Amino acid sequence: MSLEVQDLVVEIGGRRVVDGVSFAVPDGARVGLIGESGSGKSLTALAVLGLLPDGATAQGSIRWNGRELIGLSDRKLAELRGDEIGIVFQEPRTALNPIRTVGRQIAESIRIHQRLPRRAAMERAVAEAARVRLPDPEQIVRRYPHQLSGGQRQRVAIAMALACRPRLLIADEPTTALDVTIQAEILELLHSLVADDGMSLVFITHDLAVLSQIATDAVVLEDGRVVEHGALAQLLTAPASPVTQGLLRDATATLWRPGGIS
Amino acid sequence: MSIPTTDGVLLRGRGLTRRFRAPAARLFESRRYTTALDDVDIDVPEGSAVGIIGESGSGKSTLVRLLLGLDSPTAGTVELGGRPVDAGARARSLHWLRRATGMVFQDPYASLDPRMSVGQIIAEPLWALGIPGDRRARVREVLQHVGLDADMAARFPHEFSGGQRQRIAIARAIAHRPRVLVGDEPLSALDVTVRAQILDLLRTLREKDGLTLVMVSHDIGVVQNLCDEVVVMKDGRVVEEGPTEKVLLEPQAAYTRHLLASIPVIDPYRSR
Repeated sequence: MSLEVQDLVVEIGGRRVVDGVSFAVPDGARVGLIGESGSGKSLTALAVLGLLPDGATAQGSIRWNGRELIGLSDRKLAELRGDEIGIVFQEPRTALNPIRTVGRQIAESIRIHQRLPRRAAMERAVAEAARVRLPDPEQIVRRYPHQLSGGQRQRVAIAMALACRPRLLIADEPTTALDVTIQAEILELLHSLVADDGMSLVFITHDLAVLSQIATDAVVLEDGRVVEHGALAQLLTAPASPVTQGLLRDATATLWRPGGIS
Repeated sequence: MSIPTTDGVLLRGRGLTRRFRAPAARLFESRRYTTALDDVDIDVPEGSAVGIIGESGSGKSTLVRLLLGLDSPTAGTVELGGRPVDAGARARSLHWLRRATGMVFQDPYASLDPRMSVGQIIAEPLWALGIPGDRRARVREVLQHVGLDADMAARFPHEFSGGQRQRIAIARAIAHRPRVLVGDEPLSALDVTVRAQILDLLRTLREKDGLTLVMVSHDIGVVQNLCDEVVVMKDGRVVEEGPTEKVLLEPQAAYTRHLLASIPVIDPYRSR
């Protein structure tokens, strides 16, 4: 189960926002897409999911498990999403439906892809809530999103994304909107869920420190192009591209240093 | 601007408490209150840079609003240069306070009026506070001071990048030559590259102009790089305070230790 992106071009209104991006996510790899706003990292991920905004077109090749996704019908893409490819976005508040209980939303994400009676789906929802370590899962599935904290909402979003046991999880800045102690918990949760299942991960972020907590490899983007990619340890210790060097230098300038500023 | 300081303390808060009425969960329920800030003392020495760190709901923004007279405490007092701050007073009688303070917010896309030119935005506090002198000249001067081109005064906010807008917001906040500049997460919405530049600018303003800084941030790296004093808040209370290096390197409170342990660091070999 691998993802191969080859010469991906995304155009919005004639403007190239992703310009020939290529990278691969082998089975079980955890790959970070890193870059500043406007680097094309989110649009690359949306293209993989077939979720590009109206007016955007994708060319090139995106092969999932050998199957070409570009040109695939919306219905076929929708079948893949949630089933084989899971998604977690930055803001759990907008990703969840405010007028449905969280249990029902988790159950729904299962019932879209699997024939399952409502009651059995609700039981699965409780199990999934427990799997993302939500406290008191039996009770919490009856609550509405606004009754949960930001961190709990993101756990619900993760439960929905992983309910069908996808082989690839795409996470777009999933901890950016969270407090730092909650961020640490969510990163730890994602890491253990992904590693336990041997799932592949595409993790989008602008934060090198966050990336280094979870990714094995990284693709550095700038202005819609890949400027460097490879093992994360290599990129962080011996960055070849001036862009990566700059990101590392700037991140270090405002970074928390546990040893103090020398 | 002649605001004396009492024993070197520019801003002083004592016993600051702020309660808000919580929405009733049921009809006819007796009123409930949430305590956003609970008996907080704070001293901001003249010329210092004080960082206030804490997570959502810790009360850090409420504290800053009280210090700037943007909100009245339920209990407690605020003094700026020994003079009591009464947020309930009429706007005109607070001019002395507004003249002495400047504020920068998190999101430079939301804090600048898109219909006003950059020059009008920066000049607004000058005429609103009745600051004498050549306003046009001051606008050009302050634009250059924050690393922008003086000719940018004629342009509009949408023509600028996020980092440039934050420079404009800082220019507006310091145009009237305040004594203290307060930032509420002023770097949080910016890209890392831009963040490093704005951090540099704030540091320069402090070192060259002697501006006192109060920085609210959830980003401990920013505080470590900019501030010499730090106040750690949780649930409306101060859990720890002191010199930045001491608090961050030898944290005493359990919460501070937990907070610091949660911050991701760049570790090439962590995730393998």
